[in-house]
Amino acid sequence: MIEEQVRQVITDQGRMPVDVSSLPADADLYEAGMTSHASVNVMLGLEDAFDIEFPDHMLTRDVFESIAAISAALDELQKEAA
Amino acid sequence: MSVTVDRDEAFLGAVAKIADEIAAPNADEVDREARFPVETIDALREENALSALVPTELGGGGVSFEAIAAACFELGRRCGASAMVYAMHQIQVGTIVRHPEGAEWFEGYLRELADEQRLVASVTSEVGTGGDMGRSVAAVTPQGGGRSTFEKQAPTVSYGQYADDLLTTLRRHPDAEPSDQVIVLSRGDQNQLEQTGSWDPMGMRGTCSPGYILRSEISDEQVLPTAFSKAMPESMVPISHILWSHLWLGIATDAFDRARAFVRAAAKRKPGETPPAAHKLSHVMSELSLLRAEVDSALRLFVEASEEPGRERLSTMATILRFNNLKIAASEQAPRVCQGAMGVCGIMGFKNDTPFSIGRHLRDTMSACLMVANERIHQTNAGLLLVAKEV
Repeated sequence: MIEEQVRQVITDQGRMPVDVSSLPADADLYEAGMTSHASVNVMLGLEDAFDIEFPDHMLTRDVFESIAAISAALDELQKEAA
Repeated sequence: MSVTVDRDEAFLGAVAKIADEIAAPNADEVDREARFPVETIDALREENALSALVPTELGGGGVSFEAIAAACFELGRRCGASAMVYAMHQIQVGTIVRHPEGAEWFEGYLRELADEQRLVASVTSEVGTGGDMGRSVAAVTPQGGGRSTFEKQAPTVSYGQYADDLLTTLRRHPDAEPSDQVIVLSRGDQNQLEQTGSWDPMGMRGTCSPGYILRSEISDEQVLPTAFSKAMPESMVPISHILWSHLWLGIATDAFDRARAFVRAAAKRKPGETPPAAHKLSHVMSELSLLRAEVDSALRLFVEASEEPGRERLSTMATILRFNNLKIAASEQAPRVCQGAMGVCGIMGFKNDTPFSIGRHLRDTMSACLMVANERIHQTNAGLLLVAKEV
């Protein structure tokens, strides 16, 4: 569920040169063409879609480098909030 | 600990001597003729200063990063162009030294660099990227048999003609996206440089930085295993901004010293009276101390964060913003100090042939806001500020 929403945000905000729906969950998004500028928009889009705020220690390349990593981070944040 | 301190002291003593005795007397000619500061770089080679940052187990000097920063400051006080060449070389060396992950070829290369005191230049800017270091057009192009070639059009390559080897940013392969970059070290005998422009700039004239088309053939192990996207925030960007700002501080400090000498001379002519220029000098001093505080605190943060396991703090938005701000602040403050110093010295500072001349200092520091354009950095910061929580 989280993963589907993450894919949607990346599709909308990531300005990816590839089809996001067919990207493996562990594919490196930066290698797939996400620019650092687009990644900021992805972060904002995710904060809006999930109604959360990424704390600074999560705003690193590692957290946003794949759909799986983003989903895991969101999962963690949602558990913390619950 | 004390071994490092002793090493640092010996190294800095040698660099300060070169700065005073060789860089200083040649600085005006280097500037006037826009020629490479060959005697200063040769003297630094003699002292093995080109491998100062290389660990001792690889044959280097094993000095601290703080000592390298201090060396850039000392050279900057005497000849901005010499300091810039030395700083840029250390950016390439520092990037290799800090990312040894499985890079056997690079280990061997560092030994050679230490043995032969090889000078490394960088080919990071590129025609068609709009000044964005995080994107490349040129790509590593496999030719089979573990060999690859590339061709890159760079609008500026500082001291390209005088460097032994080149560190180049490229796309990982011909199908890679512009942001999927690697760092490649190519040796002199593998490189062909075709000059594409002239070099008659306003300042930093001795860096000899025209444009080139670089064509090179390399073996695949000459690609640094660490991704550019990791090496950039952890090493390349902070080291660049810290070493550049140290040499800009050096230039500004010399401008201030000249202004102070001018005021003292005026005071001696009329004992018992504080010359009007002394008040101006006090204003310049507060501008200089702001610059020094900014530069010092950035260096401390970098050294602390580098010592932490994983160096994760260097990739946080707060830290990226911090080093971007260092570049912007120092590059604007250094020419401000120089202009203030010229205001103190008046016509004696404006003329090029007095002990109080500030022209070269002012022109050299005016390059600071252009090398990685400040507006480009503001653009990056603007994006980061949308999501960063603590700045």
